Amino acid sequence: MIHKFKFKDIFLALDINSGAVHVVDDEVFRLLDGLENSSAKEALEKFSLVKSTAAKEVSQLIAQEMLFTDDSYITDKMKNNEDSVVKAMCLHVAHDCNMVCTYCFGEQGTFAGSKCLMSLEVGIKAIDYLIANSGSRRNLEIDFFGGEPLMNFEVVKKLVDYGREQEKLFSKNIRFTITTNGLLLDDEKTEYINQTMDNVILSIDGRPEVNDNMRKTVNGSPTYDVITKNYLNFVKKREGLYYVRGTFTRNNLDFAKDIEHLVNLGFSNVSVEPVVTDLKQPYALQETDRDKIFEEYDRLTDLYMEKMSKGEAFDFFHFNVDLEQGPCIVKRLSGCGAGTEYLAISPEGDIYPCHQFVGNKDFYIGNLFDTEIINKQRDKFLNASIYNKEDCRNCWAKFYCSGGCHANAINISGDINKPYKLGCELEKKRLECAIGIYAKTIE
Amino acid sequence: MEKIKTIARPTLKTTACDAGCKECQTSCQSACKTSCTVANQKCENAKRR
Repeated sequence: MIHKFKFKDIFLALDINSGAVHVVDDEVFRLLDGLENSSAKEALEKFSLVKSTAAKEVSQLIAQEMLFTDDSYITDKMKNNEDSVVKAMCLHVAHDCNMVCTYCFGEQGTFAGSKCLMSLEVGIKAIDYLIANSGSRRNLEIDFFGGEPLMNFEVVKKLVDYGREQEKLFSKNIRFTITTNGLLLDDEKTEYINQTMDNVILSIDGRPEVNDNMRKTVNGSPTYDVITKNYLNFVKKREGLYYVRGTFTRNNLDFAKDIEHLVNLGFSNVSVEPVVTDLKQPYALQETDRDKIFEEYDRLTDLYMEKMSKGEAFDFFHFNVDLEQGPCIVKRLSGCGAGTEYLAISPEGDIYPCHQFVGNKDFYIGNLFDTEIINKQRDKFLNASIYNKEDCRNCWAKFYCSGGCHANAINISGDINKPYKLGCELEKKRLECAIGIYAKTIE
Repeated sequence: MEKIKTIARPTLKTTACDAGCKECQTSCQSACKTSCTVANQKCENAKRR
């Protein structure tokens, strides 16, 4: 399988099964027309009839397994993830929030339950469970999430201390991260987070009117002024990784302006993502918005390249693609890891496949305090590899996106093995931009 | 080659093994929390580097 596309004034050809990427001239580009799903044998047969330098070079690449490569090296064992190791956890330390964001998938922090904070006892039990089920994996991840995790900050600090003790005892390396809405991010918390957290996600949507339209305090007050002040203070003092992360909706399809706004404020690591919500919501993205969103990603690409050329480069999360040293094929087959290597824990100790499923009784796995946790959901998630998804199996982007978000698939199509179509389209667009930018950068 | 310039080598096959080391970051622990991209994750297998 190959994928070819034009990016600005260059032509690209991707060899999906080998990972090779080529910049080709227009003659080669045309020669590859209609062969996207051909085998090496079929392609060679066609090129044997063409006497040209282009055909000769393509044939050479086929022989070197750099075009039309098959996937016979992917074994059934790789496709069927049987690993029972858990290595990442999302700790919902607060099912309470000091903001009321219109699009919140956590139902304003409570995740369809009642307001509550995680006790130290539950948090410790979660860390013990993670370590006990991590097998020989050394690198473990714990994200403090909510609701708003800063509303339970003393427990966060004690859990970090506990994790640091335990990682020494069990020869693990725990990477802590935190996702915050920024309202409570004062100097003391800034200092602590900067000392202890490997990555920090700072939620903000962009321009004041866009942010404040969706992200309000529980009293209905705007949040932009408070959080930008706190975030700028935080970032000024931070040496480690962070992202300011926003959500775009149907209300701001011109979201490149929001990214530009955030970059101009002084944030260099930005992630702005399409909203995922019930399609009946007025702010939900619709299939008919697709072309407009594509144009906006093109505008973002121009902004990204312009800033780069001026020595003002910024990091847009979805334009980062490591073409040669990215994850191994096994990781790319198995996807996001929800319900297998990644679990979310509610304040009560209930276990769910990921943060997006918390509170959904259909996806309840068990409780940390059960003597025997029976994970009835596990097979469903273990089997959700890209080769078990018909739409993914024949998609050129499968090894880049790895099948997309399971929760999105279930929320939109009702089937974990049927990816969210608009999400797929946007993912492919972002990948073309990312690979195109890389190609232009090294041109 | 005159007409083709390779900008990324074919590395996927060389990473093939039955189970992977699973030391790399879990996708949603990065920055997304709602959309999954895997190709922007870093490989943590020192032997590959």
